[in-house]
Amino acid sequence: MTIPLNPETCGVDFSPERAAAALERRFDVECIRRDFPILHKPLPNGKPLVYLDNAATTQKPRQVIGKIVECYENYNANVHRGIHALGDRVTTELESAREKVRAFIGAGDIEEIIFTAGTTASINLVAVGWGRRFLTTGDELLVNEAEHHANLVPWQQAAQATGARLKFIPLAANGTLDLTALDELLTPRTKLVALSGMSNVTGAVNPVREVAVRAKARGALVLVDAAQSAAHGGIDVRNAGIDFLAFSGHKLFGPTGVGVLYGRRELLAEMEPMQFGGNMIRRVRRESSDFADPPARFEAGTLPIVEAIGLGAAIDYVTAIGWDAIVAHERALTAQAWGQLSQLPGLKIIGPGAEQRGGIISFTVEGIHPHDMAELLDRCGVAVRAGHHCTMPLHAALHISASTRASFSLYNTSAEVDALCAAIEYARQVFRRG
Amino acid sequence: MSDDLYDEFILDHYESPYHRGHLAAPTAVHEDENPLCGDHVQIELLVDADDRVQEAWFDGHGCAISQAAASILVHEVEGKTLAELREFQARDMLDLLRVRLTASRQKCGLLSFKILKTLIYGLDERRQQSQAPAD
Repeated sequence: MTIPLNPETCGVDFSPERAAAALERRFDVECIRRDFPILHKPLPNGKPLVYLDNAATTQKPRQVIGKIVECYENYNANVHRGIHALGDRVTTELESAREKVRAFIGAGDIEEIIFTAGTTASINLVAVGWGRRFLTTGDELLVNEAEHHANLVPWQQAAQATGARLKFIPLAANGTLDLTALDELLTPRTKLVALSGMSNVTGAVNPVREVAVRAKARGALVLVDAAQSAAHGGIDVRNAGIDFLAFSGHKLFGPTGVGVLYGRRELLAEMEPMQFGGNMIRRVRRESSDFADPPARFEAGTLPIVEAIGLGAAIDYVTAIGWDAIVAHERALTAQAWGQLSQLPGLKIIGPGAEQRGGIISFTVEGIHPHDMAELLDRCGVAVRAGHHCTMPLHAALHISASTRASFSLYNTSAEVDALCAAIEYARQVFRRG
Repeated sequence: MSDDLYDEFILDHYESPYHRGHLAAPTAVHEDENPLCGDHVQIELLVDADDRVQEAWFDGHGCAISQAAASILVHEVEGKTLAELREFQARDMLDLLRVRLTASRQKCGLLSFKILKTLIYGLDERRQQSQAPAD
């Protein structure tokens, strides 16, 4: 399958600056920033944008935006059916994106990659397609209170529908997983362990491989919610012993509306589809039907085709920059932010030290509710998230109702960390605490 | 109407709220929350035989807007009759706050108003039940 290389949209930057950076093996953040048009547009209040809400969604480079435009302008058609030039071309592009996803997560087979609407849809597909089929009364699902609601509520529903029971890995005082009792929590009845690769609140990076090894020893499957960790690279599902992996395109510099479910071939083969209709069938009779093999079995209806192709372009983009460089840059920003924020009066950082986390720092400031904080930071052009970040059980465990979250990405700068701290100082002054 | 969300009026009510606490024997109590930001407010009313609010108190936690709004509202309703409060509309509540709220922050500013309306509805229901002829 050869696809003509389009220098404008293939995700590889051929600019002299990028070439120079690549030659010197250096990470040039100003060069990266030029790829993101939105970063150069002033806000309605005239301030420059300091975008620190990357854990909610990342901005899109022109390589991804260009790819989407390329699809619609040049080969828009439905996939897998049109016997015409556009249909062939778009199908080739879509399957090429599937292959990019496979390589990105280290899966063995392209047929283990299912395109979904996003992380939530992916986890629900497992909770219903696998969970309702295989769980029975007395089975156990091992979850934890730090998970995003998307990796907890589907398991609550699966448990309620089947008579299975939720068990929780305890949390340490800082909100990270306390794995000391993991071997006791895992029993012969444990059917699945669901955890995130990285917390969307504390930024804590979970030891997925270690959990998987111990889960495997008890015969339990492991599902990883990689919504956050996918944007920080280094996923290798086979090496880590991951059975199911879910992530979204839009947190990985790709479009909204598309996500991925990886499932081991043998598991997908046994799973029930959740949606029925076109594309997912092999043969349809009047009263009953046979279903197609994975991944088509789980891709009923028209896929988010252009979004999936855009996700492929996003993977090309980050791969060309290189994960080592991206992670090193994010670590430096996180360490700087952690150091500066922890000096601010009344500010408490949630979660572990800078070295144990990815580019996410959630915090509270005494006397200022997170919503007020976010509103005042916004006045300074600093975009953050405030609230419970879809982790109400975690906030309850930490005895707080909400927090403010700053999250960093490859295009953020050291000066933006300074801007965040200055904006927090401004908020303290407004609240007469300065 | 101020464009500054955090003007002195809001901040004064946030930092030194009116009637934050509880009544010994409230006539009606209701609480609610704004799940988006976790604002939580409880309002207690002491209503006399003439249907007039003798005292109103609130308790809760959340953003400055939600807590200041609760303080401003309990101050406003004291001395008013239930008939007057039935006429009290969301627009009046937003006017009371004296600041212009964005659509997303109106949920914070109107949480207490929603609780007040529920309280009045509950009191009306209770009265109808007590006035209904016994079978």
